[in-house]
Amino acid sequence: MSDLPDPFAGWFAAQGWQLRAHQRAVMAAAQAGDSVLLIAPTGGGKTLGGFLPSLIDLAAHPRAGLHTLYVSPLKALAADIARNLLRPVEAMRLAVSIATRSGDTPAAERRRQRAAPPNLLLTTPESLALLITLPEAAAMFAPLAAIVIDEVHALAGSKRGDQLALALARLAALAPAARRIGLSATVAHRAPLAAYVAPDGRADSVRVIDAEPGAAPQIGMLLPRGRLPWAGHMGLFSAPEILRCIAAAAMTIVFVNTRAQAELLFQELWKLNAATLPIAIHHGSLEPEQRHKVEAAMAAGRLRAVVATSSLDLGIDWGGVDQVLQVGAPKGVSRLLQRVGRANHRMDEASRAILVPANRFEVLECEAAILGAAAGELDGEAPRPGGLDVLAQHVLGVACAAPFLPDALFAEVRRAAPYAALTRRDFDDVLGFVQDGGYALAAYERHHKLFRDAEARVHVRTERIARQHRMNIGTIVEEPLLKVRLGPRGAALGEVEEYFANMLTPGDTFIFAGRLLRFLRLRETTVEVAEGGAGEAKVPAYAGGRMPMTTNLADRVRGMLADAASWGGFPAPVQEWLMMQRAVSRLPGRGDLLVETFPRGDRWYLVAYCFEGRNAHQTLGLLLTRRMERFGFAPLGFVATDYVLAAWSAHPPTDIARLFEADMLGDDLEAWLAESSMLRRTFRNVAVIAGLIERQAPGAEKSRRQVTVNSDLIYDVLRRHQPDHVLLRATRADAAGGLTDLGRIAAMLARIKGRVRHMVLSRVSPLAVPVLLEIGRESVRNSGGDDALLEEAALVAEAMGEVAPAPRRSPRQALPDVPGQGRLPL
Amino acid sequence: MTPAPIHLAGERLMLDPEGALFWPAQRLLAVADLHLEKGSAAAARGALLPPWDTRATLDRLAALLRRWQPETLVALGDSFHDAGGSARLAPADRARLRAMAAAHRVVWVLGNHDPTPPEGIDGAAVDELRLGRLRFCHQARPGPAAGELCGHHHPKARVEVRGASVSRPCFVCDGRRLMLPALGAYTGGLDVRDAAIAALFPRGGRVFLLGRERLFSFPYAARRAA
Repeated sequence: MSDLPDPFAGWFAAQGWQLRAHQRAVMAAAQAGDSVLLIAPTGGGKTLGGFLPSLIDLAAHPRAGLHTLYVSPLKALAADIARNLLRPVEAMRLAVSIATRSGDTPAAERRRQRAAPPNLLLTTPESLALLITLPEAAAMFAPLAAIVIDEVHALAGSKRGDQLALALARLAALAPAARRIGLSATVAHRAPLAAYVAPDGRADSVRVIDAEPGAAPQIGMLLPRGRLPWAGHMGLFSAPEILRCIAAAAMTIVFVNTRAQAELLFQELWKLNAATLPIAIHHGSLEPEQRHKVEAAMAAGRLRAVVATSSLDLGIDWGGVDQVLQVGAPKGVSRLLQRVGRANHRMDEASRAILVPANRFEVLECEAAILGAAAGELDGEAPRPGGLDVLAQHVLGVACAAPFLPDALFAEVRRAAPYAALTRRDFDDVLGFVQDGGYALAAYERHHKLFRDAEARVHVRTERIARQHRMNIGTIVEEPLLKVRLGPRGAALGEVEEYFANMLTPGDTFIFAGRLLRFLRLRETTVEVAEGGAGEAKVPAYAGGRMPMTTNLADRVRGMLADAASWGGFPAPVQEWLMMQRAVSRLPGRGDLLVETFPRGDRWYLVAYCFEGRNAHQTLGLLLTRRMERFGFAPLGFVATDYVLAAWSAHPPTDIARLFEADMLGDDLEAWLAESSMLRRTFRNVAVIAGLIERQAPGAEKSRRQVTVNSDLIYDVLRRHQPDHVLLRATRADAAGGLTDLGRIAAMLARIKGRVRHMVLSRVSPLAVPVLLEIGRESVRNSGGDDALLEEAALVAEAMGEVAPAPRRSPRQALPDVPGQGRLPL
Repeated sequence: MTPAPIHLAGERLMLDPEGALFWPAQRLLAVADLHLEKGSAAAARGALLPPWDTRATLDRLAALLRRWQPETLVALGDSFHDAGGSARLAPADRARLRAMAAAHRVVWVLGNHDPTPPEGIDGAAVDELRLGRLRFCHQARPGPAAGELCGHHHPKARVEVRGASVSRPCFVCDGRRLMLPALGAYTGGLDVRDAAIAALFPRGGRVFLLGRERLFSFPYAARRAA
């Protein structure tokens, strides 16, 4: 069984294709009505595999109404898949209707889809979440036979993934017979992913099918000619070598880590691009139209290279890409493989990729990533439990469609894997929050959003509440963004964060969308600019731009450092650097924590080689300096990189082992968390997703000030009067994994207990040089909190008589770091 | 707690780090933009914010009254977030506010949010208050204004230090006009660089950022030509 029926067999033959084993296995599962998790590398024909059973069913039994729902994290992917499906449908003259639905779909088209749903509907998690809030959702989804979830690995574990899981649980209630097919890249944690796809949230009720593995990728490393930089993350130094690589291949994607890096590297490449090779730029803040132009030019083979951020990580098959460059640290093996997979989108040919480290620590990280990729050692933590903020959004959405019984909804929600362990208390608190805010002080009786009828069914109170809710659906919370436009009527180039626009003065120059722009004026929600400009150009940075190195990669780097026998493969300057370190201090061991202290100038430095990633180090730095304060060392500040944490103080730090004891996470943590700006930012996201505050429309600051209430002020009031409120619990849960990365710190402190190796040095060690070079570039916080900062600023102002309040800008601005040409002023 | 003395139109005034002003010669305490019942106003529009904002604001006010023991309390307008605000006060909050009003001579300067006097709370309601060389009003009048004290704009300022930045509500003063920060728990701020505030201080002046126990003073640069 499971041979292709006609006309599919004929069509496959005409394409010169054979049914692959995994496609056959998916068909068999579909026949049996089983759900499937298909794990396949890119280019394995897995999308077609996902749709094949639906097409065969519809060819045999044509019918009206929804048959298969396809959900992808990318709008563009849905559109691309729709085009690819049209080919076989038209070639075989199948009576199958196909439509896409996303935020971009015109209202008239959306109405048409609601009146007469297509057989195959291709959409995104957000659009699906919106669909299920409509009163006609039950009728629309009742005939659903199959759900295809693409890029499951990119969704599970994220808030978008939580939202999709809840929507799928709803669909399981509306269409109990619908089977699911999850499509995923190779992942470290298979069972949680299978559970995510399962209609009942249990991994063992899903057939996991592995496609044949593709050819192993070939990954190399490219170093800049001359000196190997000590610090910096942009990799601009290597621009000449990068350009040579581009010239040597047909089509290259140059992946970078941040949008600012993309802009800078793009400028640098064009400065050198004497042959005017067609090189474009692609990142998430550019105008969609500009991005589509670049994508179309890629597809048509008119480009030689694209400098891109994660905006090109997923999905669409560009065909002609034959080389991938990763400039700057790869940060994780899975992420690297995903990017490498963009080259040679055919599984039987090896993808070719080249890593371009920006500094010598990144050389180690690149080496570790290459070894990790070869060993197939994927990273990624097991997905965390679903967010209560997302659940709150979902609960109101369900009520918008139809009244529900709380007991039934609780049971339904627990069938979504991220919420399998949801407690009744949390569910009830979320429900209470949606109804009336869930405050200990009963207020707002007249403004409840939900009411219960005589049969205990929960209704949404007014249609206006439902309308308001539908406009706020989604889990992506962005900083307020402003459009960038060439002149008052000119073309839109993309968006920058409001804070960046606020720090510009007319005449200022900045780099954006690959152009040098002069700021003219801010007009309501538009940044008006002209081409050209003089003086030092600024580069917009975006919040949350950088991701930390994964635990898996960190372990490998630690292992390589500890094992001198492995150094032979490193470039000579790196070998020399490590040998010098061994001579004057020691190297971080596999399971211990090396801490160096040394005097420099009138300060004492403490450098801890933790390798737990930037976010964790930031948090650790705040906790550590608090503790140093209490120990009487008079800490003055700290700086964190992905690898190392450095703090400096007026007095020499001693008793290092006690400094790093696990109780650091106790009293210090509570005190710090309460004031932490990271927690405030996390709370803001939670409050927006849960629907406590509306998404901010940018611009018109004054009127907004009167309408919306700053989330920080809400946070302060709520924390004081109801510290165990469900949104504060959700905030703390998010913070543990997100910006603060508390989980990683806790694991590290437990691991190094009794294994802190303290080296008292008379001067800076070779391994400490890179982090000391970061001082002044990176945000450096004094341990005394904001008031101490103000004190310092006031002192400076007094002494200099000149320092006025800065133009409006936020601390998130990461100044572009110059590649580490700099000499250390020893 | 360290208040900062300043001089305005020849009068010596004390700036309190909590965001209030005390005039020792008159034993007068001035506060601006309490925006009481802003939370319940938001609830009516569908945003069910934590309902303790009035209580939190009254806590701050009570602490100020205890500290300065004034005879007169001047609220510089927008004391309630909207005209119906005073009617929505929770019984406990209402009793507390009434007790404060009974124990002091209270002047409610009316603002754009609360154009009518609060219901059932003692005090004189005025459009502005002139006392000696000082004039207390809600919204500054454009042009020179020797001895004007105003609120309305909710001034805040941002200061950068070594890559980090701190934003706080602040007083703004140029020796003639003094703008008070908003005291309400849910009142956000407008950056002093905004044209609406900068236009009122064309020659610059100083800002005083609110700290935990003290104020932090910085020069406020005259507006750059845009």
